[in-house]
Amino acid sequence: MQVDMTVNGQEVSEEIEPRHLLVHFIRDQLGLTGTHWGCDTSNCGTCVVLIDGEPVKSCTTLAAMAGGHDVQTVEGMEVDGELDPVQEGFMQCHGLQCGFCTPGMMLTARALLNNDPNPTEEVIREAISGQICRCTGYSTIVRSIQWAAAHESAVTVGTSNGSAS
Amino acid sequence: MTATEPQAETDERPIGFGRLLRKEDPRLIRGMGNFVDDIQLPGMLHLAILRSPMAHARIVSIDKSAAEAHPKVVAVITGEDLAAQGLAWMPTLSNDVQAVLATDKVRFQHQEVAFVVAEDRYSARDALELIIVDYEWIDPVIDVRKAMDADTPVIRDDLDDKTDNHIFDWETGDAAETEAIFASADVVVSEEIIYPRVHPAPMETCGCVADVERVSGQLTLWSTTQAPHAHRTVYALVAGLPEHKIRVIAPDIGGGFGNKVPIYPGYVCAIVASLVIGKPVKWMEDRTENLVSTGFARDYVMQGEIAATKEGKILAVRTNVLADHGAFNGVAAPVKYPAGFFGVFTGSYDLEAAYCKMQAVYTNKAPGGVAYACSFRITEAVYLVERIVDCLAYELDMDPAELRLKNFIQPDQFPYETKTGWVYDSGDYEPAMRKAMEMAGYDELRREQAEKREKGELMGIGLAFFTEAVGAGPRKDMDILGLGMADGCELRIHPTGKAVVRLSVKTQGQGHETTFAQIVAEEIGIPPEDIEVIHGDTDNTPFGLGTYGSRSTPVSGAAAALVTRKVRDKAQIIASGMLEVSVADLEWNKGSFSVKGDPEKSVTIQDIAMKAHGAGDLPDGIEGGLEAQICYNPENLTYPFGAYICVVDIDPGTAVVKVRRFIAVDDCGTQINPMIIEGQVHGGLADGVGMAMMEMISFDEDGNCLGGSLMDYLIPTALETPDWETGHTVTPSPHHPIGAKGIGESATVGSPPAVVNAIVDALKPYGIRHADMPLTPSRVWETMQGNHTPPI
Amino acid sequence: MQVPAPFEYERANNVAEAIALRERLGPEARFIAGGHSLLPMMKLRLANPEYLIDINDCEELFYISEDGGEIRIGAMTRHRELLESELLAEHFPIFRDAEEVIADPVVRNRGTLGGSLCQADPSEDLSAVCTTLDASCVIKSTSGERVVSMHDFHVGPYETAVGDAEMLTEIRIPLKANGGSAYEKVERRAGDWAVVSSGAAVWFDGDTIAEGRVGLAAVGPNTTSIDPVSEALRGATPSEDLYQQVGEIAAANCSPQDDQRGSAAYKTHLAMELTKRALRRAVARANGQEA
Repeated sequence: MQVDMTVNGQEVSEEIEPRHLLVHFIRDQLGLTGTHWGCDTSNCGTCVVLIDGEPVKSCTTLAAMAGGHDVQTVEGMEVDGELDPVQEGFMQCHGLQCGFCTPGMMLTARALLNNDPNPTEEVIREAISGQICRCTGYSTIVRSIQWAAAHESAVTVGTSNGSAS
Repeated sequence: MTATEPQAETDERPIGFGRLLRKEDPRLIRGMGNFVDDIQLPGMLHLAILRSPMAHARIVSIDKSAAEAHPKVVAVITGEDLAAQGLAWMPTLSNDVQAVLATDKVRFQHQEVAFVVAEDRYSARDALELIIVDYEWIDPVIDVRKAMDADTPVIRDDLDDKTDNHIFDWETGDAAETEAIFASADVVVSEEIIYPRVHPAPMETCGCVADVERVSGQLTLWSTTQAPHAHRTVYALVAGLPEHKIRVIAPDIGGGFGNKVPIYPGYVCAIVASLVIGKPVKWMEDRTENLVSTGFARDYVMQGEIAATKEGKILAVRTNVLADHGAFNGVAAPVKYPAGFFGVFTGSYDLEAAYCKMQAVYTNKAPGGVAYACSFRITEAVYLVERIVDCLAYELDMDPAELRLKNFIQPDQFPYETKTGWVYDSGDYEPAMRKAMEMAGYDELRREQAEKREKGELMGIGLAFFTEAVGAGPRKDMDILGLGMADGCELRIHPTGKAVVRLSVKTQGQGHETTFAQIVAEEIGIPPEDIEVIHGDTDNTPFGLGTYGSRSTPVSGAAAALVTRKVRDKAQIIASGMLEVSVADLEWNKGSFSVKGDPEKSVTIQDIAMKAHGAGDLPDGIEGGLEAQICYNPENLTYPFGAYICVVDIDPGTAVVKVRRFIAVDDCGTQINPMIIEGQVHGGLADGVGMAMMEMISFDEDGNCLGGSLMDYLIPTALETPDWETGHTVTPSPHHPIGAKGIGESATVGSPPAVVNAIVDALKPYGIRHADMPLTPSRVWETMQGNHTPPI
Repeated sequence: MQVPAPFEYERANNVAEAIALRERLGPEARFIAGGHSLLPMMKLRLANPEYLIDINDCEELFYISEDGGEIRIGAMTRHRELLESELLAEHFPIFRDAEEVIADPVVRNRGTLGGSLCQADPSEDLSAVCTTLDASCVIKSTSGERVVSMHDFHVGPYETAVGDAEMLTEIRIPLKANGGSAYEKVERRAGDWAVVSSGAAVWFDGDTIAEGRVGLAAVGPNTTSIDPVSEALRGATPSEDLYQQVGEIAAANCSPQDDQRGSAAYKTHLAMELTKRALRRAVARANGQEA
């Protein structure tokens, strides 16, 4: 079957099997390998992408179901050479070690900050609680997101297709 | 703001040690990392493995005809097919053998039975459903305590003359001396302490892409390995491939924690498939395969005993351990140390005697045993001693902090030889302990606890003080499969003064690309951003045994410092020529040599590099170029230590435990990058909460693995983990060139006993002295009812 | 990574289309809503439907409204909307209590009320919530619609009253005056299924409880409402003794099993303890003492 969607602001149209999972579509078919997978049961959240601006586990979503929607992956976070403050925050605060869960964590953080520009630590922890990081013990991820919140007032970010103005 | 504006505290920009943002991060935060499953090669095929549904069964027949008929299937291979090539078995890292694909029988649930190679990963998975295997049930050996019973089935009947499930007996310390002390001690406390089977579960599962080039016979293997060089040698030994025709590349690795040290059947299957088919073949585990078949950790049943005076002077520790190694002995540990470094179970205390007796057995469970940041079984050793010391404190009705402070090895006793023969390099324990207590507000916490107890509220304060032995190791004592545990390092300074350093170790997230650039920078004065760190590629790095057991900084870090000093020595000679003074008249100012007493007369390392490669004569006997290579053989292990305090609250009605605070004071000797050190500690602390409270790979009586998904094998999230409070003291290692000791596993080692001690402390009003992990709400509640049962 | 077996995919633009597709494709077809229960089962090949009918475009199934003395919730309403709904929070704070601890925030962006109820997992929280609130389910087919109580909706574990050519479209909850509700859950870790959950709802007539209900999850083959609890609460005046008594009734009326999440004895204890707590909060809320 054919599926059409917008990925990081680009229209894509591809032939797929109906059973293709969105994560495989993104990684194998579009070659956007920044989205990872870490489990099969929607428990780890390394596969999180934004669909219409909301974090979704792409290992538990069919590519077909994303048809007609707007998908954003980590590759769409940097716009015109300008990093998303969330990306910058993760670097500044050592929010990543192996980097495997990082794209999913950052996208969830992006969606969170779009809804709540000044989240408390508790709100941040709740927001990322569907995603497992085995390296950081989470404190530095929380700090990274706080860093982004503190630094993004001066920039306009976070339309659903990742374009910044 | 601009997106690149650095945080105030990151302004250090050190040329050497200090907080420095990581060189790895710019690619990883853009999704531009290169992990094994990201690799796509033209014509690449996909491999999937059929696994046994039973824990112990004879294979009667395998019918693969339907799978072979699948239009997208290229090959279906069984154990019999591999046996025809002599490839059905492979050596483990403990000189045992393990089936690549089962031939005679399966010995654990989910053991590898056959594999399919197909054009895409979905078809490979589909074809597994088409293979029909007829199994004949054999009673499995699941209860480790019954593995040596007389009527128990023999799991390893593949081994010559094997008539039981025994693997090894091992002992350390002096049995008679220890017994004498126990016999006359005022107080003896004994407790069965179990460290259940857990799993490292890195977020990236294991996998590889094997590509055998048909004409040259060159194998390139992109693989999730923590030890690319060691793996290459083992492949040469197992597959008979010439070592110079094997290139192992470990690209970005999504966490290891020891899970990516062993060689798994899947890697060998992919290599064989590529060899046979002549195309690149990718194999990636799914999460279940990772949890049920790859290197687990722990699984020790420990009878712990401690002897002391009634005043609380600890005299001796003794333990009897039953070790479950699963169906194949796949432990990765130096050959002379079948129980890893469990011998450090004497802890941080000045004892008069110690003795350990251990028996290791086969069971019908997945192989493994040394993983999950365990520092070669120090995790188990520290858990044992820190738990039994708390049991003693309970019996003496003594504050556990006071008991520990009273028994520490004193600073003037270092180097300190333990009663089991380990020589602790350096230590100053009391300041670390006092610092942790001060950060925690220990006395105030105890007051709060007393008030809460009056009101029936359950609050617990748990302490742990650990000493690790890391940085394996001296080649006179330590090897794996005959390979010495030394590490190579190579440094080249380019003509313009930029540098490239090549390591034998490999990061899985620890930040080697940053830390090692800082070590070189510290020694030669070139800014870290001008130093490229190459690692994880056997064709482009010197030989060494890889990253595990917290050995990168203690071994390779030393190698990096020493190779840089070697280059600097040469630079000094060249500088003496440039400045026309003798070598002895030069002094080093981190980045330049100047003439003593005349600082205006100086040359930078960059000037020297150009000179070394440039025109004109060099001093007599000096070749052009500015580079060196060494192989560092550590003279001893390093012994990091730390003091941890955990505070928990337990809801008396539901037995739900909340970790309120966790204070960790670590001493890893000289600190290279405090930011990275803190990160390493944080990660290990989360592991400790996980193991203490939720993680366990368990089995039912038929040997079905009950921890086969992240729904069943629970890992802490941001909601179970507190905001970690960390601090440090610095006691350099005397024998390490920069005094660094390693930090990778400290927190994973030290935190489980702190959490368990806190929970048990909270339950003191119930008369509880011990409870085994994992302390889930149900297990805590049962303990409160006096119905505590061991987890295995 | 695990992958599902092949199937055909259809997308329904509205309920009529969805039901027509279901009728045409027969028993081997299944609806897919959020997919967070179905797809993992398909990856494990425990579920192998030949057709999936995607109902995420059925816009008429996304709503929470007040109508005719009832709160009506469209079957495709996602967890997150249930969590954030002011209307639900005002009338049935039990939803917010439960939604805060169902799965995780990312899963809650996709998972739906209808999907949760149709999964009929005995540990599923929204089933317990709907049971507690005496909700009813609207089931549609080409021949019309029928309304069944929660009691009749769950036929057994993983089994519902929804037939092969039918579709759950709406959940209705009767609005009654002077009520309060609450939900308590113990889980081993955030995002895990319940070890045990208990929901409680009470409606007052003056100082006495006119009606009270308790719904439990993970303590038996299906989430259960407990008649003896309702009987004990009817006409009672709230007190700690009453909560204790009702908790004990709840514990006596469940049949949990030993498993990885906990021992049967612990779960029985939790049924008591959590019922007590839920009831206490439900009463406080009914009396305007707690949000």
